[in-house]
Amino acid sequence: MSLEIYIDLILVIFLAITGIAVIYVRNLFAVAMLSGIYSLLMASIFVVLDAVDVAFTEAAVGAGISTILMLGVLAITGNREKVSNKSPILPLLIVICTGALLVYGTWDLPIFGDPNAPVHTHVAPEYIANTYKHTGMPNIVTAVLASYRGYDTLGEVGVIFTAGVGVLLLLSRRKTTNKLNQKSKSEDQS
Amino acid sequence: MKHHIVPRVIAKLFIPGIILFGLYVQFHGDYGPGGGFQAGVIIGAAMILYGLIYGLNDLKKVAPSNIIISLIAFGFLLYAGVGIVTQILGANFLEYGVLGHTQKEGQHIGIILVELGVGITVASVMVIIFYMFAGRKN
Amino acid sequence: MDLILSHINYWVAIALMMIGFYALIARGNLIKTIIGLNIFQASVFLLYITFGKVSGGTAPILQKNTELYSNPLPHVLILTAIVVGVATTSLGLALVVKIYESYGTIEEDEIAKLDAQEEN
Repeated sequence: MSLEIYIDLILVIFLAITGIAVIYVRNLFAVAMLSGIYSLLMASIFVVLDAVDVAFTEAAVGAGISTILMLGVLAITGNREKVSNKSPILPLLIVICTGALLVYGTWDLPIFGDPNAPVHTHVAPEYIANTYKHTGMPNIVTAVLASYRGYDTLGEVGVIFTAGVGVLLLLSRRKTTNKLNQKSKSEDQS
Repeated sequence: MKHHIVPRVIAKLFIPGIILFGLYVQFHGDYGPGGGFQAGVIIGAAMILYGLIYGLNDLKKVAPSNIIISLIAFGFLLYAGVGIVTQILGANFLEYGVLGHTQKEGQHIGIILVELGVGITVASVMVIIFYMFAGRKN
Repeated sequence: MDLILSHINYWVAIALMMIGFYALIARGNLIKTIIGLNIFQASVFLLYITFGKVSGGTAPILQKNTELYSNPLPHVLILTAIVVGVATTSLGLALVVKIYESYGTIEEDEIAKLDAQEEN
């Protein structure tokens, strides 16, 4: 076993702890910062697992932009989570059952880093062998993203475009004040 | 943040570097890690940092929101336009080989243009989302 | 120990997925729900990238004197999924802001109560 697997082990344990903390902490500002830390840890794990492009994106998007957006929304809505009196037993039961089923499924998965796993033997070698011949590009991820799978990426850009337009449509109009809002505002003032 | 001198000075030092790094990631994506998605987010983050430190109004002077809104569509159209051009030149949609003299050269030109389209759309969507959320407070 | 090392990434991915799932179904606060959705998403990313790893391989950027690369295809899938994820998150947050502005709260049960009052 190489050193990288131990680094990976430590990082995923940190990741799990951060995930649990996100559930328990009730101050939403702290939760937003924790989710930024979560993304940064995730990016480090991606580097250990050789996915440098993905790590780059996760660090910029998850730890950067998402956290800023969360904080922007919390500045509008306030940062306390109400303590709910709902019983957590039923959700916990559902979650534990689903998790147990998924863990049962992992026995059939190939062991970590196995070079003979089905995912590495079918299509991927073709791309690794031929990308430079076809596109003259050393970075296979960029070549697959922009050239071989150009249609898909066009679709992804369409999704981002649509999300941008959606946010514009939702938030660019003036504030609509209805009765309920006015009531709660006057309660706040009194 | 307008009256804190430390963030103001640090931001002034950092923002040109961040934008330069974003451009490097954009155009060096064929050889190293990076590409349009990452570069777009980095440049968007630089502009958001400017907005956070110097205020939304100052950022809107640098990047007026109607220009940003048209850039969202421009990036997407640039991507799709490359596909249309390859069709006019007689190849399939988004088959970049015909753009240059050789297959590899064409691929290079096509990928750089397409990534530029991705980068422009992603950066301007990030900035416009920030405008919408930050402008909501007042 | 070998068993743990060879499966820990899958188990952590599942654990995180369940943490996100729990936040989705058990918590009434809308922002907490969206953060739960993000955690869920990121756990799927972890699972995919774990599948792509080849032990002893390097990052899939071609260079001289290297033969073994990790699988680039999961990376491509997840790269776009992350950016689409932030786009959907921002749309969700925009809806939260809208809901807050018309109800004055982001707790699910209070919103349901206000809706019931309005109907009566």
